[in-house]
Amino acid sequence: MSENPVFERIKNDISENDVVLYMKGTPIFPQCGFSAAVVGVLTHLGVKFKGINILEDAALRQGIKEFSSWPTIPQLYVKGEFIGGCDIVREMYQSGELQQMLGQKGIQTKAA
Amino acid sequence: MRVADRIADKLNRRFAPAEVRVIDDSQRHHGHAGWREGGETHFKVEIVSSVFAGQSRVARQRLVYQALTEELAGPVHALELKTLTPEEAAGAKA
Repeated sequence: MSENPVFERIKNDISENDVVLYMKGTPIFPQCGFSAAVVGVLTHLGVKFKGINILEDAALRQGIKEFSSWPTIPQLYVKGEFIGGCDIVREMYQSGELQQMLGQKGIQTKAA
Repeated sequence: MRVADRIADKLNRRFAPAEVRVIDDSQRHHGHAGWREGGETHFKVEIVSSVFAGQSRVARQRLVYQALTEELAGPVHALELKTLTPEEAAGAKA
């Protein structure tokens, strides 16, 4: 059983940080419209998150897709749980489910 | 066969959808990462199928991704998805 060594890093990141966004670029300079959209939602809600730039690390870029069984970037994790990519985050935000889920998990947001 | 047609074809076979729309959105991403001359890199898919009933959003998208593994590994750089059950689609229109 030789697990991908990148998985260990991912597990650490998502357990040590409440909200983690695997993205292209950085929260300040996203390099993809879909990553930028998720950053926009999180920022609008006042959620503190750790952005991890997968463009800087080829092993991570491939590894995160395998770890999540999800072939695209961005990917949002909250309290270690995979929430989804851009479409899902956007839909959940629009329906209010995202705010509700963050609240249930004890993540602080700006009063909407 | 155009990539959009190939996607529609695979989705039709896998999900027997009540509705499926595959939009080549490549022009809107002109010059972005993954874009190339000739398009066929960025797609938007809206699909209505009873296969999605009782499945979470993540599970639904995984099913679509699985059906399109080849395309995602090949020409398709980005895929926006909307996955609805027939009941949800009817509700959205009402």
